[in-house]
Amino acid sequence: MTTATGAGPARLRGPSAIGEDLRHFSSLTFTLAATDFKLRFFGSVLGYLWSLVRPLLLFTVLYVVFTQIIRFGAGVEHYPVYLLASLVLFTYFSETTSRGVTSLVDRENLLRKIRFPRLAIPLAVSLHALFNLALNLVVVFVFVLASGIEPRLEWLELPLLVAFLVTLSTGVTMLISALYVRFRDVEPIWEVALQLLFYGTPVLYVITTVPESVRQLAAMNPLAVVLTQMRHAVIDPDAPTAAAAVGGWEWLAVPIAFVAAVFLIGFWVFARETPRIAENL
Amino acid sequence: MASTALDTADRANRLLAAEPAVAVRGLSKSFRLPHQRYYTIKERALHAFAARSYDEFHALRDIDFEVAPGEFFGIVGRNGSGKSTLLKCLAGIYSIDRGDADVHGRLSPFIELGVGFHPELTARDNVIINAILLGLTRREARERFDAILEFAELEDFVDLKLKNYSSGMSVRLGFSVAVQLNADVLLVDEVLAVGDVAFQRKCFDEFDRMKAEGRTILFVTHDMGSVERFCDRGLVLHKGELVAIGPPSEITRTYRELNFGDLGEDPGRRGAARILRAWCETPDGEQVLTSQQGEELVAAFEVLFEEPLDDPGFWLIFRNDVGHTIFTAASELWTGRLGPFASGERVTVRMRFVNRMAPSRYTLTPCVGPRGGGLQAHDRFGRRDDVAALAVEGPVTGAVLNVPVQVEVERA
Repeated sequence: MTTATGAGPARLRGPSAIGEDLRHFSSLTFTLAATDFKLRFFGSVLGYLWSLVRPLLLFTVLYVVFTQIIRFGAGVEHYPVYLLASLVLFTYFSETTSRGVTSLVDRENLLRKIRFPRLAIPLAVSLHALFNLALNLVVVFVFVLASGIEPRLEWLELPLLVAFLVTLSTGVTMLISALYVRFRDVEPIWEVALQLLFYGTPVLYVITTVPESVRQLAAMNPLAVVLTQMRHAVIDPDAPTAAAAVGGWEWLAVPIAFVAAVFLIGFWVFARETPRIAENL
Repeated sequence: MASTALDTADRANRLLAAEPAVAVRGLSKSFRLPHQRYYTIKERALHAFAARSYDEFHALRDIDFEVAPGEFFGIVGRNGSGKSTLLKCLAGIYSIDRGDADVHGRLSPFIELGVGFHPELTARDNVIINAILLGLTRREARERFDAILEFAELEDFVDLKLKNYSSGMSVRLGFSVAVQLNADVLLVDEVLAVGDVAFQRKCFDEFDRMKAEGRTILFVTHDMGSVERFCDRGLVLHKGELVAIGPPSEITRTYRELNFGDLGEDPGRRGAARILRAWCETPDGEQVLTSQQGEELVAAFEVLFEEPLDDPGFWLIFRNDVGHTIFTAASELWTGRLGPFASGERVTVRMRFVNRMAPSRYTLTPCVGPRGGGLQAHDRFGRRDDVAALAVEGPVTGAVLNVPVQVEVERA
């Protein structure tokens, strides 16, 4: 902090999304996320277990329903493992976006009293959910190994898939958190959208059970891309890759372009709204 | 530590160059107040073709001022005058609509102490998080941690959760973090209203030290006492416009005039007797703002009768800085019948007494009521709260009154 204040006067600018100091921005994002993480786990006796309980409970219910009652997963190799893994990945997406929507309004006291890079708030939500995802994936891999699946080199694709998922979730979060400041019904709308996405994405089922006529369309869903490729890489090498499900490599450009677009639009909207967030709260 | 030496040298140089620490030119800020605000997309869609009308609320208009390095600069104004908006614009929380603001050096990015403190976290965690939030890196925050705790005098409570802190303790912690930011320009919004007297003194000692280092403090308040005591200069805002800039005496005078000038619009108490102003003076007639305990003092106020009144009683209430009524002078106890007053008649009431009040700041609240009406009716015809102030000086005994005492010590 020696020369930063050096020569001439600095012109004041209003609040910005990222700020001038990238290191401070990342440090702040990390601190906010780590604090939330800590608060959630250290506040209660069972701590971390609670964050596992929800997906595991959901998993147990769905598992019983779809393997014992409806026999949905019949014919799908390692269906329970797929169900758990897809639930955990989808939970990351829904947790990030649903908590992200209200994140700016929730942090109103900070936004109205301190200058700091505004984008740190939604990003911290995303990062917090990522911590949870990392812990949940540990459980997933315990299940994977317990089911007798052999470790393979393809497992290394998983970080790439997670990165894809993070880009999508963060993009959506930036967009809807900034919009929520102006339009308070973004939250209920997004709740409904999440429900639709949950059933419209191969979480409970796999892409190959989708009727042929709409399979290509269903496979273009970026979340379906992540789950389908995850199934191929981690659980069942005989299952189709995301590229195969979507109808060839060239078609994969559609979901990738979509995710990139969501991220860029999300960032653009957020940066545009930034200067007036504090006064619109 | 080399960086600190450099910092100091840098500051000294800036002082020599005498460039303003803060230069604001033509700053304007307005808020749009839609006549009908649509908070949801549904509402917006339903009213898609309705003309979107809104009022432009000018919170600040064409504000120009400069603050020299090392100045303690007061920003005063009544509620809603734009002081906090100005501070938020300077802090970079609100964007500026028009005009420029240039700042020399590192600006403190907050306007309130301890923002973001979380009650469930320990002091240790809160300090680190707060420091990072306010712009330090994680390493800087850790390095300054001990100094922060030491300044706050809370070393023994590092691992106590903040929810178990008293409010004074968390304010101390917040102030310590703020001090350790090493900002060149500090923005302070009414912090001194909280914390005990000893800590307030410490804060002002710290401000003095900062001033000596060439750091600048912008201080928002509506307490004229602290303006007079601490500010080098200041400005007065009224309805978003700058109405005065200058030394504390000018600032406090303008501020009081503003309050006074608005009396006619005061919807609160309007009765048969309108209180125009109040002040204190010596028996020789010299107006004073401070008084020595034990001296004779005259408290005076002017009343304009708007309706004819027969034989009213005049009351003057002295309240101390925490709002307790310490002393009330009631004319009916000391005078005979005063007779009728005509509509339009203007009188000055003078009440002379020996000042026995303990050292503190007092406000004067004159009232007019029917004679003999007692406390229930003492302000039936007119009342004006805290219209003037008086600081009393003298030996501190911890009491609210110091009555003359004859002391005898008899040896056995």
